Amino acid sequence: MPRLVSHPDEVKIVTSRFGKGAADIDRFLELGGYESTRKALAEGPEWIINEMKASGLRGRGGAGFPTGLKWSFVPKVSAKPKYVLVNGDESEPGTCKDHLIFLHDPHAVIEGTIIAGLAIGAKTGFIYLRGEYRYLIQIVEKAVADAYAKGFLGKNIFGSDTEFQIIVQTGAGAYEVGEESALMESLEGKRGIPRIKPPFPAVVGLYGGPTVINNAETIASVPHILAMGGPAYAAVGSERNGGTRLFGISGHVNNPGIYELPMGYNLKKMIYEVAGGIRGGRTLKAVVPGGSSTPVLLPHEIETLGMDFDQVGKAGSMLGSGGVVVLDDTVCMVEFALRTISFYQHESCGWCIPCREGTDWLKKSLTRFHAGFGTMKDIDNIQYLAENMMGRTFCPLGDAAAMPTLGFVKKFRKEFEDHLDGKPCPHAKHLDVALV
Amino acid sequence: MADVTFTVDGKKLTAPAGMLLIDACRKAGIEIPAFCYYPGLSLQAACRMCVVRQEKVPKLQTACTTTVAEGQIFVTDSPEITQARKATIELLLGNHPLDCPVCDAGGECELQDMTFKYGAGESLYVEAKQHREEQKWSPAVYFDRPRCILCYRCVRMCGEGMDVWALGIQNRGASATIAPNGGDHLDCEQCGMCIDACPVGALTSDTYRYKTRPWEMNHVSTVCTHCGDGCKVTLGVRQANDGAEIIRADNRDKSGINGDFLCAKGRFGFDFVESVDRLTKPLVRNAAGKLEPATWEAALRLVAAKFKEVRDAGTGIGVIGSNTNTNEENYLLQKFARTVLQTNNIDHVRSTDYAGFALALAGTSGRAASLHDTTTAKAILLIGGNPTEEHPLLAWNLRTNFRHNQARIYIATNSPIKLERQAIKSLLLPIDGYESFAEFLSGSATEIDSIAEAAAFREAVVAEESLLVVFGEEYRGAAIDSLIQWGLGREGVKFAYLGDYANSRGAADMGLFPDLLPGYVPVADAGAFALEYAGMPSSAGKDAVALFDSAAAGQLGALYVVGSDPVSAYGVDPSALKNTFVVAQDIFLTSTAALADVVLPSASLYEKSGTVTNTYGDVQLVKKAADKAGVKPDFEILIRLAGAMGVDVKKLVPFGQIGKTGGGVSADMGQSRGAQSGEVDRHAVWLTANGLEPRLSPFDPLAVLDEIERLVPSYKLDRLNLFGGNDSATEPGFVPVSSLVSARDLILPAHDGLFTSGTLGAHTAALTELNQYQNQAVAEVAAD
Amino acid sequence: MSTETMSIFSPALATRFDALVLKYPVKRSALIPMLLYAQDEVGYVSDAVMAEIAERLSITALDVKNVASYYSMLRFKPAGKYNVQVCTNISCMLRGGYEIFDHLQEKLGIGHKGVTADGVFSLEEVECIGVCCWAPAIQVNYDFHDELTNDKVDQVLADYKAKAATEGAR
Ligand SMILES: Cc1cc2nc3c(=O)[nH]c(=O)nc-3n(C[C@H](O)[C@H](O)[C@H](O)COP(=O)(O)O)c2cc1C
Ligand code: SF4
Ligand code: FES
Repeated sequence: MPRLVSHPDEVKIVTSRFGKGAADIDRFLELGGYESTRKALAEGPEWIINEMKASGLRGRGGAGFPTGLKWSFVPKVSAKPKYVLVNGDESEPGTCKDHLIFLHDPHAVIEGTIIAGLAIGAKTGFIYLRGEYRYLIQIVEKAVADAYAKGFLGKNIFGSDTEFQIIVQTGAGAYEVGEESALMESLEGKRGIPRIKPPFPAVVGLYGGPTVINNAETIASVPHILAMGGPAYAAVGSERNGGTRLFGISGHVNNPGIYELPMGYNLKKMIYEVAGGIRGGRTLKAVVPGGSSTPVLLPHEIETLGMDFDQVGKAGSMLGSGGVVVLDDTVCMVEFALRTISFYQHESCGWCIPCREGTDWLKKSLTRFHAGFGTMKDIDNIQYLAENMMGRTFCPLGDAAAMPTLGFVKKFRKEFEDHLDGKPCPHAKHLDVALV
Repeated sequence: MADVTFTVDGKKLTAPAGMLLIDACRKAGIEIPAFCYYPGLSLQAACRMCVVRQEKVPKLQTACTTTVAEGQIFVTDSPEITQARKATIELLLGNHPLDCPVCDAGGECELQDMTFKYGAGESLYVEAKQHREEQKWSPAVYFDRPRCILCYRCVRMCGEGMDVWALGIQNRGASATIAPNGGDHLDCEQCGMCIDACPVGALTSDTYRYKTRPWEMNHVSTVCTHCGDGCKVTLGVRQANDGAEIIRADNRDKSGINGDFLCAKGRFGFDFVESVDRLTKPLVRNAAGKLEPATWEAALRLVAAKFKEVRDAGTGIGVIGSNTNTNEENYLLQKFARTVLQTNNIDHVRSTDYAGFALALAGTSGRAASLHDTTTAKAILLIGGNPTEEHPLLAWNLRTNFRHNQARIYIATNSPIKLERQAIKSLLLPIDGYESFAEFLSGSATEIDSIAEAAAFREAVVAEESLLVVFGEEYRGAAIDSLIQWGLGREGVKFAYLGDYANSRGAADMGLFPDLLPGYVPVADAGAFALEYAGMPSSAGKDAVALFDSAAAGQLGALYVVGSDPVSAYGVDPSALKNTFVVAQDIFLTSTAALADVVLPSASLYEKSGTVTNTYGDVQLVKKAADKAGVKPDFEILIRLAGAMGVDVKKLVPFGQIGKTGGGVSADMGQSRGAQSGEVDRHAVWLTANGLEPRLSPFDPLAVLDEIERLVPSYKLDRLNLFGGNDSATEPGFVPVSSLVSARDLILPAHDGLFTSGTLGAHTAALTELNQYQNQAVAEVAAD
Repeated sequence: MSTETMSIFSPALATRFDALVLKYPVKRSALIPMLLYAQDEVGYVSDAVMAEIAERLSITALDVKNVASYYSMLRFKPAGKYNVQVCTNISCMLRGGYEIFDHLQEKLGIGHKGVTADGVFSLEEVECIGVCCWAPAIQVNYDFHDELTNDKVDQVLADYKAKAATEGAR
């Protein structure tokens, strides 16, 4: 069972019920659960969407799209049924926050799903969890069954004449299935290949019906927002970045863990105070701020950096999934780059040429390079390849592979050059990190 | 959709709103490269070659998925775009074997062309390439995985186009690969469409692999010799020591009546041309009763003398024509029979009751469907048959029409067929349900009404505003008539009648009947023919079956069989012909030829020119592709035979110098065209306008086409279209109603499937192998 | 196909599948869960598994294979009774994921995708399993073991070995 951590700077909203046995429905009700759903049912869609807009909540899946706005795109009338989809595929390396939500507060996800359904006029919601999370699926399935038993789900939820059903679905191992349209394909029993956009899911999504898809953390925030009011939630965060976020700090820190901090919280402080500083008192070498696809930041770049979508974007990286990966001075950046790209090579769905061939080529070059058989030209080639993948792929996975690679090569070019001429890598532990 | 105007590379373009940008550009002559885009199949946007820049859009967009709208501004050619495309090609080439020098696709490979254009000349990639052995997926299809660029065209072609779904994509990322449904082999219809769709050399065909380089071939566009659909086919031909051999057949240029379609027979069924069983020398039965080689001179002299003798003695002579010879040949054959042999004893082995069809449609116009109608009709009623097997192009068209236009297909058959997957309604008829089907449609109570879905089926069919009725061999004579009368009573109903061979319809249209002249004009009421066909008897002759009866009774002096095998078709007892002088003219020693006194080796449809008419009445040009030493086209044989009989050949074939100095009476170059006579020679004008010589040789079959056009009411062809490689529709219905008679029912449908094709199929090694392979696969499944 | 007819699955799983195909707006949505649950029972996705699932969903076996081969948790060969999956992705790598992997290779005497001779264990290097903050971590079948050291790994192996001895290897 993953260890829970705590820090005084935390603002516990989404995590407020963590560690309190809230997976049990009665306990959840004692802690004020399902009140927001009743309220939403009473107030109606327009009110929900307005609260959501006022909350300034931006999608926690990675792209940071304003949630209220996304919901408002769904057409009011539709010939085909509408759907709510909860994205619990959580596979971006460095990210494990949804894990805790499903474990400690599954009913928050159920509540959020019902509310999203009420907002857009859907009768069915799907909670899609990655296949590796089998024990969490069992927890969520039990929670859903309990909610049915209480009449919170079904034909007449909370005794109203509104219907809402939830189906829990498992994946079977595929990062790309976290991409919204690939997830819909997977849910339809197909290969996880993303779809051509437009049309966007809000118009043509699952089974061809208008669909809202949100990250599990986004959805779990919803009942809290309705409970405390949109503006109050917004006030917790920074400008245009409402509320809190579950930051997962991993790597070379003394106290790794999931911390709920207000949007805009300073990154340096997060590492040195919240997570207890660098392990063994070593020096910070670099930070990956938002999951493995976000370009690496150097120590001087985080001094005053507030962790919200806009500020991290301005610093040349991305807030992404909130997975902060901390690297100390023992890390070989070439090896780190190689491990990062070999993940994307392994996970590329193979649909489009730039991503399929590009990630494969990058992995092979970096493998050779790291093994000490690189040339100066390789460094340029790696950069050239990554630059030519950017913005050219069918879905953002290609960018997710190219972006960090560019960051590594540009910011650590010297370290790449140090690998030339058969010089052994000063940090190297593993020359061969092939994953087949 | 309304037209919109948008800008591409500074040029204003107009196209219907919602059209794909790539199509709009291509129409305007702006080439946008693409590997995965394939018109008509679902969109992929996977190869990223078609990227363009759209104003105010941050990322490059794919032209294959962008639809045009008013006021958009695009750039399709800029350093940024060129670089994007170049980089994509570099990536593809990184792991590509670069074995162009031995690759079948070398020289006609889209990857090569793109590399040439975007110049990914330098290899940035130094890692070892993955090698994988080529795989034989079936007797027809090979897969060379390293060459595959994963454009998914084959997968879509097989699934969406063919509705076979035998190809899939397995694994993911760089390990992704195209995989066949049988694990290591293909269980499919072996159409080979995947090979044509492949832009590179990943899928290749057994018949063509490692045989030649594309530039060593001549490419000849002609018409497939197998079924009645009449696909245009491009034959790749190379010089060989005994003529010119065909080494490939495809329709990659997507031209002609069939667009991108070709079935297994069209694609692989050409090697009969090279069969060791081909007749290459005339054979004459010697004193010992054995067939032995003779010269053309001797053989023709013998036949001519014998025919003259029999004709002059009046001991009875009969002629049987062909379902695969050209219109010109069949026309000439009946003219030869009627005017030179002076008999109406002419017939062919009928595969379909086209005479009955013409009779039923007599006096109407616009009711006979062209094959094109099958791609556009909003509603289609298919009665009987199984197009997937017997009319593959029709099946393809119906599927496409369903996919693209949501055509409503109604199927009534007495056993389930695959096309039902595209049908909106289907009805399983009782065994004898076809007979009463017209009655059922018109609302009378029949036994069909006892089927549960029958009422709903009829209601839906009857509610259609327009309807294309497709039917085949289940209908003849009175049955055709009742079905057509039902349709004629309604507006917007058109008919297509399905028959078997490449030119079965042409054989009927050209008057290979004892009682009907070309265009189904009755012998008894010969009209214009009476004036020109000097020597033709005025009463009907004997049909094929009656001819053999006469022979058996010792009353047939001679029988001339051209390009057909009536002995096996009618199960004729060999002894019936012992007192008849039999001449067989064929490409193989058929059962008929084996009994003949003289055998004349003829050229196949791939070795001659002329026209053929498909079962829908669409006329197409046949062009000579291959050549075989020793054989002659049937047309030439006929002329030589007539010459040897002392006939003035000019009376048979209008040829010669145009104008005052030349031309015989019948050398019609347009002078005698009714109201137009006296005008400037239309034909000469036409020839001149098209830069052609006047026909100077009696062996030029197109000289006879002039006469056909003049005399056959329905053959008013659009020549420019025809000579441009397109089809020209004809309708049988122009014959005056009053004068028609119904022919005796002697129909013998061929029931050829995907890999059989009568005598031709039996001599086509590729088809024989495929047929065995398929039967074996079926047997294995059955045994499981 | 219903439970009464011939099924290669246990009655419980067959019954579960009967219900699963009816759960979704479209039958085929059950495909991926079915494959995973079938693998849990049979040990891997065999041709027979794919054939029966194809039939239950009225799709072709090729279609099933296309989908199955996409997902990395699905395998086409048997694994050990306990499939030890070691995350070596970035967060785990930083905290010794490769050392754990090396240690396991040595202890079990097998490499990536290897199976021990007694069939008790198989080993696999996997991508991020979503426990980055408690790295390094492994997953044995579906059970997570996190914040590992070599000693802890030895204990984990010993526990499974004991369990296998009482339950018997597959
Ligand atoms: C390659 C790729 C993988 C993704 N993986 C996930 C994921 O595991 N979980 C997730 O919530 N969103 C993931 N996303 C983002 C989703 O596409 C989508 O934007 C998100 O679920 C929307 O929810 P939000 O608006 O609440 O963030 C991924 C996107 C891409 C391109
Ligand atoms: S970028 Fe292309 S290959 Fe990569 S995951 Fe997206 S669609 Fe698939
Ligand atoms: S990196 Fe190991 S669990 Fe995420």
